[in-house]
Amino acid sequence: MNRLVVWALVAGLSVVVPSVGGSQDGLRLTGSGATFPFPLYSTWFKAYSAKQKGVSVDYQGKGSGAGIQDLLNHTVDFAASDAAMTDEDMAKVAGGVQLLPMTAGEIVLAYNLPGNPKALKLPRDVYLGIFLGKVTKWSDPQLKAANPGVTLPDQDITVVRRADSSGTTFVFTSHLSAISEEWKKGPGAGTTVAWPKSDKFVASPKNDGVTATIKQTPGAIGYIEYSFAKFAKVEMATLQNKAGQFVAAGGDGGPAALASVSMPANLRAWISDPEGPKAYPVATYTWMMFYKENKDPKKAAALRAMVEYCLTDGQKASAAMGYVPLPEPVVAAVRKASASIQ
Amino acid sequence: MILLDAGARPASVSKPPTSWDYFADRAFRVMAQGAVWLIVLLLAYLLWSIGTKAWLGIREHGLGFLTSASWDVGRQQFGILPHIWGTLYSSLLALAIGGFFGVVMAIFLTQDFLPPRLAQVFRVIVELLAAIPSVVYGLWGLFVVIPAMRPVADVLAARLGFIPFFGTTLSGPGLAPAALVLAIMILPTVAAVSQDALRLVPYKVKEAAYGMGTTRWEAILKVMVPAASTGIFGALVLGFGRALGETMALAMLIGNSNQISLSLFSPANTLAALLALNFPEAGPREVQVLMYAALVLLAITLLVNMAGEAIMARSARRAGVR
Repeated sequence: MNRLVVWALVAGLSVVVPSVGGSQDGLRLTGSGATFPFPLYSTWFKAYSAKQKGVSVDYQGKGSGAGIQDLLNHTVDFAASDAAMTDEDMAKVAGGVQLLPMTAGEIVLAYNLPGNPKALKLPRDVYLGIFLGKVTKWSDPQLKAANPGVTLPDQDITVVRRADSSGTTFVFTSHLSAISEEWKKGPGAGTTVAWPKSDKFVASPKNDGVTATIKQTPGAIGYIEYSFAKFAKVEMATLQNKAGQFVAAGGDGGPAALASVSMPANLRAWISDPEGPKAYPVATYTWMMFYKENKDPKKAAALRAMVEYCLTDGQKASAAMGYVPLPEPVVAAVRKASASIQ
Repeated sequence: MILLDAGARPASVSKPPTSWDYFADRAFRVMAQGAVWLIVLLLAYLLWSIGTKAWLGIREHGLGFLTSASWDVGRQQFGILPHIWGTLYSSLLALAIGGFFGVVMAIFLTQDFLPPRLAQVFRVIVELLAAIPSVVYGLWGLFVVIPAMRPVADVLAARLGFIPFFGTTLSGPGLAPAALVLAIMILPTVAAVSQDALRLVPYKVKEAAYGMGTTRWEAILKVMVPAASTGIFGALVLGFGRALGETMALAMLIGNSNQISLSLFSPANTLAALLALNFPEAGPREVQVLMYAALVLLAITLLVNMAGEAIMARSARRAGVR
């Protein structure tokens, strides 16, 4: 396990946010969970800890599943997950759990092709076919038809997927399940799924590992978080959405996708296949989970203040870091719900 | 000399051990025995604690776990045949490469090919390889070995694709780069232990061989290496054991794909990589089967070591008879 941590460190993802300005009698809040919003959360908590004297927040990006486990074991004050939390799991916590969507993100298909063609257009049937192992060549006629004027090599497509269980896989496979019966009945949706058996499907650990493997492998394609793709400067495909339009990640597509889904009362909204001509097809909210009953009222107050900070100053930072800011109605709903953290 | 003359005062020559001597002797014995038993207990505890956690998984999946090839958390179907295959295949490949070079290196460094000082320098350099962390090997493999191997692999797959070993093209991570990096990782173990074995053969044996009129190579291959064969074999077993359990570099290089293929260029998976990558986020039911897989890995390692011991004991006996 230690080696995993070292690998994460070496790959440039520091696992523990250094606590800043934690004074002697300071309050220390600890959280763990999803790695996908980790770059954003660590920026938020660093700024918040610096601003709020006497309170420091530590967040460990261990993975969504590990965060939920930590919350169930009462080893943290809050957790974060890309796959929210099931009713079954929430029922295990005495006093209840408050789910709060904090930010949203897009998942992109990053690729590596000779000549670096920009913003390759991938129709739905094609990217579905690639991940089903049915479209195996970059020179596939469907791909050529969608991208006139782009020279596509007669090269095998190498699919890079996540080796570890991850929220990113959950979001991406949920999308594929939503658009295809065949996928739903085959691999299905989950944090790990049974991928098609092929020697052109390889797996790497974590978002960084997948990104590195794509960059090292000509002819590779894989799903990663937009922010990782943006900072690693890999080429990203524009994907065809439900309305038939090709939309690139990182623009107006994310907010449009969020706007297409109304937030239910339990704040657990899935955007598996958003409507609307401008919506980017693979987007998701990501959540923080809090105990409704905290033993220490001071701690509960600090947690509420932290949520408030994330909803106000925090949202301003998210777009620049490659995340999608929460729509105004969602911010209001989250603010209201955060009052139940007591 | 003086002692022999002083026969009149035997008391000064030998005196009965003091009670302190008795005490120290007994304390040491108890401590040594305790340490040995502690190791046995530790192993038993390890087996017990993994076993109890794996028990539910064993009961549910039985022996079919060892022969099934699908790992599907959503449908609760678990099987580790591809992982067992990948573990053994990658380790055997690594042993073939690393073992050969390790033993050759040991011969080169001990059989007077180099001035003693220079040999010492080389020895230290080889042993330094053991100090490089696994994850660094993994990154090196990802960024150096795979790109370097790709053109060679492409040519082999295109020209000799009819041979099952070259049946697929290299898509990046795969068995061949993983085995090559693994071979380098076990090289220091094999080289160091083989050197010790060769150095333990008395120099007189070699001189005697020269005296019989052998050439240098006859002396090395027909006298020195056979005399040290038990130790060299031990080195290979140790190296194989290390290869079986190696985790991080393999998790990064092998491609983690649950399939069984003879091709050197196709991705595979190993037990250790499966454990490392799936534990952090495993739910309670998955933990049971992962513990079962851990038990299987432990059993494989144990079997390999026991088989090694048995072969060494047999060859030692046969050497004794001769």
